[in-house]
Amino acid sequence: MDNVINLARWQFAITTVYHFFFVPLTIGLGFFLAIMETFYVKTGNEKYKNMVKYWGKLFLINFSMGVVTGLVQEFQFGMNWSNYSRYVGDIFGVPLAIEALLAFFLESTFLGIWVFGWEKVSKKIHLLSIWIVSIATMISAFWILTANSFMHEPVGYTINNGRAEMTSFTELITNGHLWVQFPHTIFAALCTGAFFILGISAYHIIKKNKATWVMSSLKMGIIMALISSVLVALMGDLQGKYLVKNLPMKMAAAEALWESKDPAPLAAFAVIDEENKKNVFEISVPKLLSFMSYNSFTGEVKGINNIQAEYEQKYGEGNYIPNVTLSFYSFRLMVGAGMLMLLIGLAGLYFYKKGTIYDKNKLLKLMIFSIALPYLANSSGWILTEVSRSPWIVFGLLKIENAVSPTVSAGYVATSLFTFAMLYSVLAVIDVTLIVKFIKKVPIEENIKINTEKEESLWN
Amino acid sequence: MELGVIWFILIGILFAGFFFFEGFDFGVGILLLLIGRKDTEKRIIINTIGPVWDGNEVWLITAGGAIFAAFPNWYATMFSGFYLALLIILVALILRGVAFEFRSKNESENWRNSWDKIIFISSTLLAILFGVALANFIKGVPIDKSMNYVGGFFDLISIYTVVAGITTLLVFIFHGAVFLALKADKSIETRALKIAKPFGAAAIVVSILLIGLTFLQTDLFHSKLALLSALVSLVALILSWYLIVLKKAKIAMLTNGLSIVLGVATLFLGLFPRVMVSSINPEYSLTIANASSSLYTLTLMTKVAVIFVPIVLGYQAWTYWIFRKRVTPKDIEY
Repeated sequence: MDNVINLARWQFAITTVYHFFFVPLTIGLGFFLAIMETFYVKTGNEKYKNMVKYWGKLFLINFSMGVVTGLVQEFQFGMNWSNYSRYVGDIFGVPLAIEALLAFFLESTFLGIWVFGWEKVSKKIHLLSIWIVSIATMISAFWILTANSFMHEPVGYTINNGRAEMTSFTELITNGHLWVQFPHTIFAALCTGAFFILGISAYHIIKKNKATWVMSSLKMGIIMALISSVLVALMGDLQGKYLVKNLPMKMAAAEALWESKDPAPLAAFAVIDEENKKNVFEISVPKLLSFMSYNSFTGEVKGINNIQAEYEQKYGEGNYIPNVTLSFYSFRLMVGAGMLMLLIGLAGLYFYKKGTIYDKNKLLKLMIFSIALPYLANSSGWILTEVSRSPWIVFGLLKIENAVSPTVSAGYVATSLFTFAMLYSVLAVIDVTLIVKFIKKVPIEENIKINTEKEESLWN
Repeated sequence: MELGVIWFILIGILFAGFFFFEGFDFGVGILLLLIGRKDTEKRIIINTIGPVWDGNEVWLITAGGAIFAAFPNWYATMFSGFYLALLIILVALILRGVAFEFRSKNESENWRNSWDKIIFISSTLLAILFGVALANFIKGVPIDKSMNYVGGFFDLISIYTVVAGITTLLVFIFHGAVFLALKADKSIETRALKIAKPFGAAAIVVSILLIGLTFLQTDLFHSKLALLSALVSLVALILSWYLIVLKKAKIAMLTNGLSIVLGVATLFLGLFPRVMVSSINPEYSLTIANASSSLYTLTLMTKVAVIFVPIVLGYQAWTYWIFRKRVTPKDIEY
């Protein structure tokens, strides 16, 4: 059984992180495409149409990967986690079904109209289509985070017939956890889209491609990168404060704070000894954690060991401490990447205002590499979120060890894990190759003709 | 009417929608290699389903989500039980989905031929496996007292389920050919009409065989309505074959669509009030009553469905209206 649990966890981790490579770019880029096309329809300026065409192509390559990897997500709850599905399906299935009905149908149908409808529907309907796609991607995020938030902070349920049953849909969608998680995720997605646009535009500028659509993309990239980096940080701060109060074990693990302290210091670096439940060595800033938690330099932040004792009283004997090292460092990776994003956004704005950005080759190169930063932050953010919930799959209700499919063998899970790992690796290579090839191929000219065959335009 | 029953019907409708729409998508994917010759032709074939295939697939995702929400035990038993079959289905769906998008991104002949093969193989596998999966609902699979599937992969394979798989394969190829005859440019239209005849005839023969086996091996036809539905479905299939002989693709599409919808209806009518039959002990079968969600959740989901299903149907119909014209080399996006 242990094998099944471990394999199923690995599979969930790999497929989810992989799926979430594509989703944020879909959400972020979709939103920016809608803005670009709005400019086009409002001004009639061909420059904006070129932008839509160019980023739209990249959007589509990415979108399809997001869709197909999402299929696995819906299937694997039942495949690997059937006890979980039985236990919370009454609640958890609802947002998933609503997501499909409200978001997926909108997204796929209107994307079809957007891609194939340039000549078949009016400009306004075409614009409306991309807005609907963009809004649908966010609706989709809302429902899946509703489901995820329930796992962290179950609300609006009762235990009946040996399972959790919903008693209040309103409580489910007004879950406090959801409303700090959802904006943070959306702004993270906007960051992903913004740095993607910023980095690729910077690449074109380095390559001396100064077509007007490149210039406008760079400008948009800088502005959006800065705005969304600020917002994602602010929302992250709110989320952190919320978690200290409502899910203290999560934050204590993320900060590797073993004993309750008032005021609590913030460890920037720590060598963690999980066995003896303490840090062997740490570099910390006094009082900062209290400040981060309460906006005041005093105030007790609860430590892991104290919470463990509290939970043992509440839930019975057991180990309620998640993997502290992983939580601690994934948190730092996320915040670190976020800070770099903020700095690059600021530097970009500064030199853009000065008008010298086009000659700042080093900054432009840095911008290309900064495409990776949101991905790093997204992935480590999710790893932190999910890892720091263990041993629970649904906090306080169901432990991970009791959630897997009882009659599925380790061999089966290993087979599917191996299959997905192989398939996903191959697809990742193809996807990245296609994107890079596309970026390198685009000619340095005003009007983009992105054709795979010379005699036919793909867009007109 | 009891809410569980409403959801049983709704899920039947979602499956019917999925088979109706994605059925011709699978067929088109298979016919890509059977009747597409030059690259432009292949692209036209793919582009006939270009704007809609993704939306069509959402019928499946929604059916999955609806089963999860309305019948968690059905979802849990089916997905953990059909494990390897679902793994193959997932891999095929993933490859097929990216193939449509990736194929046109590189002009190399090798590249395109490879993706064509992937589209062909994955569509074929999917067309068969969905038939096999649904046949297992009624044929019965080893489900124990605590609702867990205790068999292996090969418990899903029997003469009956394989015949069901071949039936869906042939029906979908026929369906796809009729669709292409309606939607594709002249030369492809002619070829589609031509190939529809033998595949339609084969589909009829196998369907009769399937109905016979269903009579012998399952209790599906204890429901007289199911029997009626099966027979009308067969008649509709024969009729659409005849219409294709007369080159009337438009009406043939409707009658064949009706045949597919009634095929799914047959299954659900015969299953009722069960959702999955246990081959170990009829007592262990999953039913609407023992697999469903709480009254609260079912009520909520009913409200959501009543509001949003008509809206979805509305805008999906509108897309088909926008893209109602035949696809010519000018309309290629993929």
